[in-house]
Amino acid sequence: MTALVDVVAVACLLAGALLCLTAGMGLLRFPDVLSRMHAGTKPQVLGVLLIMVGAAIRLHGWSASWMLLLVAAFQLLTAPVSAHMVSRVAYRRRHVRRDLLLVDELRSSGQDRLYRGDEPADAPPEEPGAALAESRERDEAP
Amino acid sequence: MTAAGVVAYALLGGGALLALVRVALGPSLLDRVVATDTLLVIISAGLAVHAALTRDPTVVPVLVVVSLLAFVGSVSIARYIGGMLLKSSAGDGSDVGLPVAAEVREGDR
Repeated sequence: MTALVDVVAVACLLAGALLCLTAGMGLLRFPDVLSRMHAGTKPQVLGVLLIMVGAAIRLHGWSASWMLLLVAAFQLLTAPVSAHMVSRVAYRRRHVRRDLLLVDELRSSGQDRLYRGDEPADAPPEEPGAALAESRERDEAP
Repeated sequence: MTAAGVVAYALLGGGALLALVRVALGPSLLDRVVATDTLLVIISAGLAVHAALTRDPTVVPVLVVVSLLAFVGSVSIARYIGGMLLKSSAGDGSDVGLPVAAEVREGDR
């Protein structure tokens, strides 16, 4: 019984480590920030979950297991938030290969009229009326 | 050190090395942020593998700290660049001293 449990734990650890290697390869080979982020977040969620499961099986005692569960929950909560912020800034800095995108819903012309959530506190006020007029113009254009 | 430990550490080390190469190559700040984030995750995975293979729960609290630190680091750098973008009239930061965007350079080829 214990041998079987150990085999399951080591299999989880090896799968998580393999995901870390694939993340490194994807980071090196992919063309732009968004696809590199796609490769790099594989170990952030699935790899960490697998390794935490393996470690929780191997470690004795509930305190370690609860702390590993806490780490997994933090990863699940924080990975989407940081990925969202980094990818939005990457798009606006034009670190994205737009010729590789199939759908580009963020494409707009000129200056931003609406806040997108990553402004400093002393940002100039937003102009929702101008933004609405611009988006209507864009919609009417063929 | 068992065979499984050697294989797991080799996989993790390979991934960390490739992420380090991406940190060194760049080309942009955000590429380095993504690669550093991945590197921190690989380091915490290595700590967890060490804890699991030796059945030693000493480093488990370190994992909590490292996982939160990665989040705070990448979010603060993203907000920093977002604040610089707001000061630029071109909208992509090319006129306030931020380096040339990846799309422009790689699209020219």
